Amino acid sequence: MMSERVLNGVVMAGLILFPLWAWMADAPFMITLATKAAILALAGVGLNLALGIGGLVSLGHAAFFGIGGYAMGILASHAQAYDPIFTQPFVFEGTKSMPLIWLTAMIASGLAALAIGALSLRTSGVYFIMITLAFGQMHYFFSISWPAYGGEDGLSIYVRNSFPGLNTLDPIQFYAVVLGLLAIVLYCNARLAKSPFGLALGAARQSPLRVETVGISPYRLQLVAFTLSGMITGLAGALFADLNRFVSPVMFSWQTSGEIMVFIIIGGVARLFGPVVGAILFIVLEHVLGGLSDYWHIYLGALLLLIVLFARGGVIGTLTGREAAHD
Amino acid sequence: MTEPVLQTRGLWCAFGALQASKDITLDLRAGEIHALIGPNGAGKSTLIKQIAGSLRPDAGQVLLAGEDVTALSTAARARRGLGRTFQISELAMDDTVLQNALLGALGAQGRPFRFWQSALGRDDLRSKAELALARVGLADKARMRTSELSHGQRRQLEVAVALTLHPKAFVMDEPMAGLGTTGSKTMTSFLDGLRAQAPILLVEHDMDAVFALADRISVLVYGEIIATGSVAEIRSDKAVRAAYLGEEA
Repeated sequence: MMSERVLNGVVMAGLILFPLWAWMADAPFMITLATKAAILALAGVGLNLALGIGGLVSLGHAAFFGIGGYAMGILASHAQAYDPIFTQPFVFEGTKSMPLIWLTAMIASGLAALAIGALSLRTSGVYFIMITLAFGQMHYFFSISWPAYGGEDGLSIYVRNSFPGLNTLDPIQFYAVVLGLLAIVLYCNARLAKSPFGLALGAARQSPLRVETVGISPYRLQLVAFTLSGMITGLAGALFADLNRFVSPVMFSWQTSGEIMVFIIIGGVARLFGPVVGAILFIVLEHVLGGLSDYWHIYLGALLLLIVLFARGGVIGTLTGREAAHD
Repeated sequence: MTEPVLQTRGLWCAFGALQASKDITLDLRAGEIHALIGPNGAGKSTLIKQIAGSLRPDAGQVLLAGEDVTALSTAARARRGLGRTFQISELAMDDTVLQNALLGALGAQGRPFRFWQSALGRDDLRSKAELALARVGLADKARMRTSELSHGQRRQLEVAVALTLHPKAFVMDEPMAGLGTTGSKTMTSFLDGLRAQAPILLVEHDMDAVFALADRISVLVYGEIIATGSVAEIRSDKAVRAAYLGEEA
């Protein structure tokens, strides 16, 4: 058994060393796989803030992932067509700059999360799951029926967006950007988990009545957590769209919400690196098993079943020998 | 006479056809323990919920230090100085004992939206939390996970969390429940000392504790207060004996 801290270090080292190896071995596809894993991990880290610490089982995080993706798609498509998004009351131009796109993606998904959370958090349990799912599906069907941005076909971007000082078309450089963001968000999440806010949010998961009784409104805590969570997942959505240079309604689908949740369950709920480990395993399984059979999801399902039945702490819980994430 | 710390005026509350509170007026004065007793189903929990804010009365008012708090949420009442403990412990079981006490100190301080600093590193909160734990005798259990505490220790922790709030009034729902003889005695002597800090509205089934502690007793039967008075007055009250104590005596 090893400590969780050591395990996290090993995972982080792997995230640095594996793409370096792929780069030296001239295997760009492997770098792209690693990039995809890191982006999906980031989406999972976002959900884990609401789900892990806050206990908010959201089945609608695809909404934020998709909003992030479309923020990128809309800004970049207008920039490549030299066509402002709107001109009244002021001129709003598209952009190909990653930092601006990230900012827009996070603001847009954060506002959506604030609105969705404000309504959904009036419910709890299975109703919360259903209402977040419904909001996710609303976004899905809206994106399909909005012809201005490709409708069902989605939007293609010809050239990957730019980051100052880097050539983002080079896979290893784009990977470095993604890994840097993942590391920053993980660090912030680690701070948050131990902060007064994290303490109160965790207590609101376990006993909302206790939190109320000491004079703190659980609703406000959860709404802030849900909004931050949506912003992180939105950022991941913008990166995911940039990786594929393509955005489509699939990003909004409820299967996407489910997959993000699956990362967390595989890796370990409320573990800092839970979604990272989960996303890596998911990509490895997709790559290895997907090569053997088109029906690889059957094996993924079996793995999920085993984890839920026999290893509630996920992979990290099993390896560190501690079932519960909270200490 | 000085103004009561906590007061209810003509509280009415019904669940369908069942009148659980009928015109309940009672007060809690500075320095006293006011016990609320009554048989099961008399409406004690309903009354406590209306005082604490988790249930709205159909009519009537709740006043805390003279302020009408009837329309305020549970959290707002807590911030104004109402310290509550529960019949069944409401604690963050996965967290440590110290973290639970810290939560109370955090609530009392009123600024939970701090995302960057370490909660355990906040010396101001921590010293308050540790002081409260020491007062209930849990100082050496601070690092234990709350789920590992015994039933009695959880009750003590509930009181410690309430202490961190420095409340104007305590509302305690059966603090002796399930404590056993020794545990009850320890808790009784602790509450005895606590009344000097803030008065206690005490709902309790343990009659030994009630008679030992209470300055005044109110008896609730079928949603109505049938008598209020000193221990001696209640013991000799005919209506009370018939309705309640008679079953045990």
